[in-house]
Amino acid sequence: MYGFEMMSFNIKDGFLEGVVRSHRTGMLTVADYNNLSQCETLEDIKLNLTATDYGPYLVNEASPIYTATVVDRCTQKLVNDWNYMRTQADENLAMFMDYCTYGHMIDNVVLIVTGTLHERDVQELLDKCHPLGMFDSIATLAVAQNMRELYRLVLVDTPLAPYFSENLTHEDLDEMNIEIMRNTLYKAYLDDFAAFCQKLGSTTAEIMGDMLAFETDRRALNITLNSIGTELTRDDRKKLYSNFGLLYPHGHNELAMAEDFDQIRSAMEKVPAYSGIFSKLGYGESQMLDKLLYEEEVKKCVDCYEQQFHYGVFYAYMKLREQEIRNIMWVSECVAQDQKGRIADGIVYLF
Amino acid sequence: MSSQNRLVVAPTVTMLTVMKARLIGATKGHALLKKKADALTMRFRQLLKEIIDAKENLGSTMKGSFFAYTEAQYAAGENIKHTIMDNVDTAVVKVRGDLDNVAGVKIPRFESFVLPGETKMDLTGLGRGGQQLQSCRKAYLSAVELLVQLANLQTAFLTLDEALKVTNRRVNALENVVKPKLENTISYIKAELDELEREEFFRLKKVQKNKQKKQAQQIAESEAEKAELETGDLKLPPFNGPQGQQGVQPPTNSSLLNYKEEDLLF
Repeated sequence: MYGFEMMSFNIKDGFLEGVVRSHRTGMLTVADYNNLSQCETLEDIKLNLTATDYGPYLVNEASPIYTATVVDRCTQKLVNDWNYMRTQADENLAMFMDYCTYGHMIDNVVLIVTGTLHERDVQELLDKCHPLGMFDSIATLAVAQNMRELYRLVLVDTPLAPYFSENLTHEDLDEMNIEIMRNTLYKAYLDDFAAFCQKLGSTTAEIMGDMLAFETDRRALNITLNSIGTELTRDDRKKLYSNFGLLYPHGHNELAMAEDFDQIRSAMEKVPAYSGIFSKLGYGESQMLDKLLYEEEVKKCVDCYEQQFHYGVFYAYMKLREQEIRNIMWVSECVAQDQKGRIADGIVYLF
Repeated sequence: MSSQNRLVVAPTVTMLTVMKARLIGATKGHALLKKKADALTMRFRQLLKEIIDAKENLGSTMKGSFFAYTEAQYAAGENIKHTIMDNVDTAVVKVRGDLDNVAGVKIPRFESFVLPGETKMDLTGLGRGGQQLQSCRKAYLSAVELLVQLANLQTAFLTLDEALKVTNRRVNALENVVKPKLENTISYIKAELDELEREEFFRLKKVQKNKQKKQAQQIAESEAEKAELETGDLKLPPFNGPQGQQGVQPPTNSSLLNYKEEDLLF
C-alpha cells in the first residue's frame, strides 16, 4: 500500500489532518519566545501569552498568577485540542491517538497505585493525574488493596492489561520497585505501539518507526544514565530496554555494561544518528544532554509535518505541544526565580 | 533623702552587721551577674553574626534549590512531584534536640542528621530526569541542613535575648536599687548610732558634772561645819518665854522661820 494512501487517506482522516496542521500556526514562534524572555514578572508572561493561542485559557486567571497555573492552563489547551480531535477520529486514527496517550495512562496508574498503597484520598490522587491519561475506570483503581486484586478487578479492563499480564508476574506485582514496574510497563507499551504502527503500514509506519526508535533509544540512554550507582543490576537494566530502536541489540548490550558516562557515550556514538548529539557535548558533561535530546526530538517532530497522509503528525503535535509547555514552564520559572541568565538553557525552539 | 530610700530597721549594732553582710553579698552578686551578662552579650553578638551569615547563605542556597527543582521538573515532567510525595515513608533528615549551657543559661540546640541507609528514591525518574532529581535532592538536603542550623541559631538567639534581659535587669536592680538602699540603711544606722553615742556622752558628762558639783558642795559644807564646830557658836534660839501662859505669843525671835535647816526643802 506504500505510496497509495493518498488515494484514500482524506476520506477518513483528511479533516483531522487539516485540523492538526492548522494548530501548527498556533505554536509559539522564536519571536514569541524572545518576547517572553524579556518579561520581568509572571504577569508580563501572562500578558504575552494572551496574544497567542493560549489567550482564552489564561485571560480570566486571577491576578497572583503562578507558574503551576500557567502550565496547568496551557496543558488544558492541549487536552481540549486533543479531545476534540479524538472524538472525531476514525477507527484506526482513534486507536493511534489512544496509543499516544498510553504513556500518560501508565504514569497515572502508577501514581494511583503508589498513592493507594500510602492510603491517600482517591479524589486527591485523581486531581494529580495527567488529563491525557485518564480512562473510565481510573477512579476504581483505588478500591484494590493489593496489586493482585488491582490487576484482577481493574486493570484487566483497561488497554494496559496486556502489558501487565505479559511482563509482570503476581510476585512482581507485590514486591517490585514501583519505578522498575513503571519502566517495564513503558517498555511493553513502546514495543506494542511500534508493532501497531507497523501494522498500520505505509508512511505512518515509516515516520512512526523513526520517532519511536528515537523515543526508545532516549529511554534506554536515560535509564542507563540514571541507574549508574544504584542497585539496579545489569540484567535488570537490560530488561527495561525496548526490543527495537537503532541501538537494538548491540547498543543495548553495551549500554547494559556501561558504568560511567564515557562508556555510555562510546556506546551511543557508534550509531551515526546519535554521534552528532554527543559531538556537541563536551567530555564529561551530561547537564546539557536533556536539552540536546529534546532538540533532536523536536527536529524529528517538525520533520513529521513535511510529509502528508500519515498519523505521525498527531503524535508530533502532542510532543511539540508538550515541549512548548515545558518551554513556557522553564521561562516562567526563570522569570519568577530571577534567573533570567538561564532562560536560554531550557528553551527548545519549535519552528 | 536617706529616710526615703532605706529599709525600715531598728538602728542597732546587730542590724548594722546584718546590713553590712547583705551589702557585701549584693556587691558580690552584682559582680557575678555583671560577668554573666558580659558573657551572654558576647555570645549574643557572636550569634547575631552567625545568623546574618546563615541568612545570606540561605538566600543563595534556597535559590539554587528551587532552580534545581525547576530543572528536575523540566527533565522529568510536571507530575514527578506527586510520584515523589507518594513514595515518602519516613523522614530521611531528622532533627536532634540538645541543651547547651552558656553561663548558666540553658539554650536548646538542634542538630540535623541524615538517617543512614539507601532510600528507594534512588530509582525515581529512571526513565527520565533521574539525575536532575538526584541533584535536586542534594540541593534541598543542604538547604534543609541550613534551615535547621538557622532555626538553631534563632532559637538560641531568642533564649539568650530573654536571659540577657533578665540578667541585665537584675544587674541594674542590684546596682541602682538594692545596693543604694543597703548603703543608705547602713549610713542611717551609723548616723543614728552616732547620735545615740553623742547623747550618751552628753548625759554622762552631765551626770559627771552634777556629781562633781555635789561633791564640791559636800566638801564645802563639811568644811563649813568643821569651822562652826571649831568656833562653838551654836546659834540656838533663846527660849525664855513663860511656860504656864496660854495664848501668849512667843517672842518674835523664837520663830521657826529664823532657823536654817539644811535638809529642809522648803
